Amino acid sequence: MNGSVFNVTMFLAIFPELWIFALATLVLILELALPKAQHRSLGWVTAIGLLLGIGVGLVVAVPSPQAQLVWGDLIRFDRLGFVFSLLFMFGASMTALFSSNLEKLGQRGDFYVLMLVSTLGMCLMASASDIIMLYLAIETTSIPLYILAGFYKDDEKSTEAGFKYLLFGAMTSAVMLFGFSYLYGLAGTTNLYELANQVLRNQLSPFLLYGVLGLILVGFAFKISAFPFHFWAPDVYTGAPTPIAGFLSTASKAAGFAVLVRVLWVGFPEVQPYWVYILSGVSIATMTLGNLLALAQRDMKRLLAYSSIAHAGYALIGFVAVSELGITSVIFYLVVYLLTNLAAFGTVAVFEKTSGSSEIASFAGLSRRSPWLAIMMLVAFLSLAGMPPFGGFVTKFAVFAAAVDRGLIGLAVVGVLNSIVGLYYYLTVLKVIYLYRSEEEHVAVPVPQASLLALAVLCIGVIAMGIFIAPGFNIALLGARALW
Amino acid sequence: MDWLLHPLTLVTFLPLVGVLILLFLREEQKEIIRWVALGTSLATFIVSLVVLAQFQPSNPELQLVIRRVWIQVAGWDIAYHLGVDGLSILLVLLTTFLTPISILSTWTAIEERVKEFMIFFLLLEVGMVGVFLALDLFLFYIFWEFTLVPMYFLIGIWGGPRRMYAAIKFFLYTMAGSILMLLAILWLGIRGGTFSLPELIAQNNIPADVQIWLFLAFAAAFAIKVPMWPLHSWLPDAHVEAPTAGSVILAGVLLKMGTYGFLRFNLALFPQAAVQLAPIMAVLAVIGILYGAAVSFPQQDVKKLVAYSSVSHLGFVMLGLFALNPQGIQGSILQMVNHGISTGALFLIVGMIYERRHTRDMDAFGGLWKVMPVYGALTLIVALSSMGLPGLNGFVGEFTILLGAWEAGQSDGSLRSYLYAGFAAIGVILAAIYMLTMFQKLFLGPLDKEENRQLKDLNWREIVTLVPLVILIFWIGLYPKPFFSLMAPAVDKLVGNLALSVAALP
Repeated sequence: MNGSVFNVTMFLAIFPELWIFALATLVLILELALPKAQHRSLGWVTAIGLLLGIGVGLVVAVPSPQAQLVWGDLIRFDRLGFVFSLLFMFGASMTALFSSNLEKLGQRGDFYVLMLVSTLGMCLMASASDIIMLYLAIETTSIPLYILAGFYKDDEKSTEAGFKYLLFGAMTSAVMLFGFSYLYGLAGTTNLYELANQVLRNQLSPFLLYGVLGLILVGFAFKISAFPFHFWAPDVYTGAPTPIAGFLSTASKAAGFAVLVRVLWVGFPEVQPYWVYILSGVSIATMTLGNLLALAQRDMKRLLAYSSIAHAGYALIGFVAVSELGITSVIFYLVVYLLTNLAAFGTVAVFEKTSGSSEIASFAGLSRRSPWLAIMMLVAFLSLAGMPPFGGFVTKFAVFAAAVDRGLIGLAVVGVLNSIVGLYYYLTVLKVIYLYRSEEEHVAVPVPQASLLALAVLCIGVIAMGIFIAPGFNIALLGARALW
Repeated sequence: MDWLLHPLTLVTFLPLVGVLILLFLREEQKEIIRWVALGTSLATFIVSLVVLAQFQPSNPELQLVIRRVWIQVAGWDIAYHLGVDGLSILLVLLTTFLTPISILSTWTAIEERVKEFMIFFLLLEVGMVGVFLALDLFLFYIFWEFTLVPMYFLIGIWGGPRRMYAAIKFFLYTMAGSILMLLAILWLGIRGGTFSLPELIAQNNIPADVQIWLFLAFAAAFAIKVPMWPLHSWLPDAHVEAPTAGSVILAGVLLKMGTYGFLRFNLALFPQAAVQLAPIMAVLAVIGILYGAAVSFPQQDVKKLVAYSSVSHLGFVMLGLFALNPQGIQGSILQMVNHGISTGALFLIVGMIYERRHTRDMDAFGGLWKVMPVYGALTLIVALSSMGLPGLNGFVGEFTILLGAWEAGQSDGSLRSYLYAGFAAIGVILAAIYMLTMFQKLFLGPLDKEENRQLKDLNWREIVTLVPLVILIFWIGLYPKPFFSLMAPAVDKLVGNLALSVAALP
């Protein structure tokens, strides 16, 4: 393909990125143009802009089933990237709504711009087909997120979170880049889709590949917060502004998975048994550790952090069941998980604004203070726990099915046992909300309009995914089929 | 859209209409809330009678079947698949019958958070009816799990002092078992290419050694629910802490989901494993009968006594099922209904006295007959029915089960020893001892406690909740034929399939 000649496809391929870029520019201009009192509306502009982008994208920029490499083979215009891009845009849009009522967050244009730039990076991550492009995309995603995690400058915890995230992130991405450099040295190409051929042709020693792959996996494991690179998550989620913690645990994690899927499946099919072996271990360790540590948490955000570590482990089950069903189940898992966990963090953000605390104990009596908020937490937490009829059940069913389908009964059993542990702590939270009483019961928890809208959309989404399963599954299937 | 107005869809999801109405009522409108809930559950009961009217008892096959494709991706075939046959029709009726009665029993007992209570109660009914009607394994599992959450909240919010412990224990026990079943369902569905129960049964090609594992995975879920000894320890806690209506439904219907699961899934899907494991299951059942009865006897708390007696009664049901012959299974199904009626009534009775005296300690009572004759008379009938007095419903069920177990004791039967029937019969005697002791401590003797002299006898609402149950106690006791004829053809068909599998065994 010739990179010097522009054609329409090339621009359609980066339509989400272009749209987000334009939106970020608009937000910057509006921040200057609007009086300070109206800065809240920036959240609405961002959210509606992103949703519009999804709508327009669905009309004009749907990739054909036949994938194309564009922009000098840096970008692959396919449905996998497209599905993920829309998912990230949706997640960012909901996060913008949650943020818009928070004083130190929602009234600042730079906040939305940083978030949008990070989303742009995620979209590139999902469609990059070249390791240089990939590395740039990962950094474009990460650097704004470091700043966002430490956005509350006068709050020590937030600063600490930002700094910790930065240190961990920089470290792991350096290791990953080191791995990329070896890869280029060995294979002589930076293109993922060439890589596999080159590896075959040059007859590289598998041991070399194992080492290189190990280095690269460090960076990816950090992104999806998998064992043993999960340490940052609880501290960062607790310190970061709550909507950002939600964004980190969903969209950013999904982006990590998108990359993982493409790089391992496309770039390293030769050493598949090796990475299946490693990732099975990582999956077991991640979900077990996440769930067991979550049991001991007293802070809601820390609990959700450990739960989100555990969920990375569940998603990896589908991943190591190397099949079309496996990939589909991972994508499906991520879609539903994004809806569910955003709802969970959204409810925490709303509650935190009134009560000033995210201690689990402070949620006591919430069902009397704000019945609707309590119901939304119920939906989110039961879905996280994998209870029918919510989306979380279907996706767990799908990843376990993928494992059973490939004969990985042992892995499925571990996953199932983990779900029981998970159920226990999700129930503990619901127990506090529904069964405990508190002295502040008469104080209502007001839910701001923007958050209410976002929560309603997310909860209805979670229920719809659990009842009308086929549409969500088919979208995931389209994505999975576009991988090759 | 014909499936939407299909009687089975209606009988399953009609309570949701009530839930929707309730969502838009205010918490303070307690009276209206109660009437809406009662009205919805009565309407559901009427629809279930329509189902009964359309049901042909002589037909052993599944009837009124609806099947609509739900998820057909990636080689899965999951359908919205409901149907009813002789194995399930009585349990559906039992559910829709007990729900309005339970709601009526909460009229003055539940004063707090009435709206949420009724919402959870109606949601629970959706799940229970769905469990008995679902013919797709995926759909079945969804309904099965769906019952957990409302029951968790019913115990946890409106229960007794140790409600949180009991609620969590209930949830975790049940979930731990059912998630193993989920794995087995996945395996079956993926291997068979369909999650439809009738199709999987028709395939009938699971190797015998695999059957054992699958049988055990399903049994884990069902045995905890029943509960079979030694997995019963959640039951006394849950029963004692649950509010009266919760106990009625728990004992009356939720436990039957376990026995029904054995009947519908384990016996039909894994016939060879069922035949091979029948003696073990029967031993556990007999231990349950004797253990439940022995532990019931020393209880001071009336509700705990009734709870442990459930362990004993359900042991009979399990023994009948694994006799694997028509008498045993028919007796089991009837005994499921009997237990729902009698034990449900006993829990209502305990709830009525608890509402008056706020204690359930037997020593706090005595001589109640003198102040509450109507209450005493109704209790006597129910207690006699529960211990299996001839002429009342319990006798018919237990006797048929014992007949079945005896027959299975022959050298070509599933149990090959008469000891099972013999030991089980001891359970009947023990039941008489603890039930009569309870009755004596409560109602006979001198009326020597000051607080008991002022007790009011039952009011009209309470009589109305108990009378339908008492009518059924007599009806089944004196003329059980219509009940047996509803289930007989389906049971014969099931036993026929089992016999074929026995023949195939080496």
